[in-house]
Amino acid sequence: MISAENLPILVIIIPLISAIITPLVGRIHRSIGWLVALLATSLSFAYSLALIRSVMENGPISYWLGGWEPPWGIEYVVTPFNGLVLCVVSFITIVITLYARKSIEQDVSESKIPFFYSLYLLFFTGLMGIVITGDIFNLYVFIEISALSGYALVAMGRERDALIASYNYLILGTIGASFIVLGIGYLYMVTGTLNMADLSARLPELYDSTTVRSAFAFFMVGLSLKLALFPFHIWLPNVYTHSPSTVSALMAATSTKVSAYVLLRLMFTVYRPEFVLTVVPVTKILLVLAALAIIIGSVIALAQTNIKRMLAYSSVGQIGYIILGASIANQASMTGSLMHIFNHALMKGSLFMVVGAMVYRTGIVNIEDMRGMGKKMPFAMAAFTIGALSMIGFPFTVGFVSKWYLAVGALKADMWYFIPIILLSSLLTAVYFWRIVEAIYFREKSEKLAGLPSEPAEAPFGMTATTLFLSLLCIVFGIAAFIPTKVAAAAAKLLLGG
Amino acid sequence: MKEHIVIRTVSRLLIPFIQLFALYVIAHGDISPGGGFQGGVIIGASVILYVISFGMEDGRRRVSESISDFMNSAGVFLFAGIGVLCILAGGAYLEYTAFAGKAAHGEHAEHALHLASHLGIYGIEIGVGITVAAVMMTIFFETARHEDD
Amino acid sequence: MIELIIGKYNYWIYIALMMIGFYAMIAKENLIKKIIGMNIFQTAVILFYISMSKVRGGTAPIEWEHAVRYENPLPHVLMLTAIVVSVSTTAVALALVIRIYKAFGSIEEDKILEMKGDRTGKTPESVL
Repeated sequence: MISAENLPILVIIIPLISAIITPLVGRIHRSIGWLVALLATSLSFAYSLALIRSVMENGPISYWLGGWEPPWGIEYVVTPFNGLVLCVVSFITIVITLYARKSIEQDVSESKIPFFYSLYLLFFTGLMGIVITGDIFNLYVFIEISALSGYALVAMGRERDALIASYNYLILGTIGASFIVLGIGYLYMVTGTLNMADLSARLPELYDSTTVRSAFAFFMVGLSLKLALFPFHIWLPNVYTHSPSTVSALMAATSTKVSAYVLLRLMFTVYRPEFVLTVVPVTKILLVLAALAIIIGSVIALAQTNIKRMLAYSSVGQIGYIILGASIANQASMTGSLMHIFNHALMKGSLFMVVGAMVYRTGIVNIEDMRGMGKKMPFAMAAFTIGALSMIGFPFTVGFVSKWYLAVGALKADMWYFIPIILLSSLLTAVYFWRIVEAIYFREKSEKLAGLPSEPAEAPFGMTATTLFLSLLCIVFGIAAFIPTKVAAAAAKLLLGG
Repeated sequence: MKEHIVIRTVSRLLIPFIQLFALYVIAHGDISPGGGFQGGVIIGASVILYVISFGMEDGRRRVSESISDFMNSAGVFLFAGIGVLCILAGGAYLEYTAFAGKAAHGEHAEHALHLASHLGIYGIEIGVGITVAAVMMTIFFETARHEDD
Repeated sequence: MIELIIGKYNYWIYIALMMIGFYAMIAKENLIKKIIGMNIFQTAVILFYISMSKVRGGTAPIEWEHAVRYENPLPHVLMLTAIVVSVSTTAVALALVIRIYKAFGSIEEDKILEMKGDRTGKTPESVL
């Protein structure tokens, strides 16, 4: 409705204003909150698509807030890298908003539903703001917006353990954010500017100073806490297990990916690739940590009995893949890492949505009690099977595409020893997912499942349809992988080229 | 009952001046130290002082729940609304000088731009002050309530 | 050596404050003491930024005809935002602690960890 040059700010402002209106209009009827959320996220997604189309044709877009010229003013920059993550985040949020309508009515008491959607939209605003901003202090502000709404969203879970999980997440997340702001302070002290492009131009002559290097160290630790890179992943399993199903799906699909985006942007755009590879070779440390995350995440996931906790530890491993691709730092592996940001959002989002559908109908989260679920909820379990195949890395699914690129990148960099690690973790993934697939389809119903009434069987239409939609996208983008790969390859070239 | 009289009388005398000072702090936001957040906190603190001196029910009678909920949203709406108005007037988001419009090119151009800029910042500070005051009140009321569950 | 300690005393102070806050966040078991530690930690970061803005021989950044040099107002502005973030985080944390107290009956971390994993979600007998 307003001119195209204002798109970068509209992507942020529309969810923000909707988040404010929702508690006021939500008193009229409880569905209005959901409608407002759906409208806001759809508009944001449409604008992100328009932005990325414009960026792929015409080059990067820069928007000056308040009309002040950078580096004195705050600037919003859209590049292929940004645009890809914007589209992924807004798309996943639309699908989960469609899913959330029925699922939330069971998890959250009725008077609080407008507040839930308000927090949901604030969380979404924070994520979009993190991705689109070009000013490093504005980045910290948006990180804190999304983090605070995240803590409140997690605390809305049904069990009282959700409160403890949220409190631990709050303490660890605040440590991470305070380290980030310390790093920003050090960088401001030596360069005098807060704009990312300007920092990138002024830092190369200062690479020898201790201040710049300690700023980098603070950023690494702070972002790794937000990203749940091993060994900073302590908050993740409890948060994903005890929060409402919708919130688990949303956070698993988006918040860690956006933190990975920030890490990559910092490592490769603000500090140039030569700093990260030669001056302070942090990529060597990150390679070791990523490999440990991949292996240990898969091993601990084997030992779990609660399916949400198993998926959470599996997420820890998948984050290792993203960091592995970024640390090898050649074109193929970086493409694989960026593709994995998209693919893992699809896979984990659909898996958590299946678990949410299961909890909605039967309240079961224990793997032992899931025996025979294939007869009761065939569509949801079909979606689970597709998601499981994709996580293992079956050909023609998205999981295969990103693992392929990672393996090719590892070979090209003469780091062939990572290929056995990728294969080993795929094998472990196959083991713990096959355990569940076998229990669902090939066993008799457990006592808990048999004790429930047989009608209604499948989850409500909105929940099942969106879950199946995301799972089918795992196959669609596995076969037609060239569309996101083109954008990811352009983004990778931008990151590595300097 | 006697010892409450001193607190109540002093509070009754001081609260209007505290709120007046808060309005002063909000109004001087753009050219001197002060601003929306600081002024809003002072207004919130004055309401908390009133509730501490006079009791929770009396405080709730004065500032009802629907008013504080409405003020929560109204302030942020004012802030974002001014930004969107700047877009509609042809400039970037929060570019207050877009309000000057045609007057920016005639004589008194400096004046017009200055006035537009000051009015924009003034509106924003008021919005921030309203929201911060409402948030402080809401947090205090919610945490100090005696739950009966 | 003396120049390192006396000349840069603002950095030493902020590091000491930050470590005190950090220690309180990690080692104390009472949930409220952890929140206080978090507050001290964030206040140390704010102190660091403000000390960065001081210029020797500078006056307050308001126009004045006798001024030779002005101090840097940007870190003050940035820290207004950081103070707001700190206040909001403390508010959310305190609200969580109130609900934890109602649900678990205690705010000592070791007692809460004993009660964790109980699936009934009801308040224990000691609170009722």
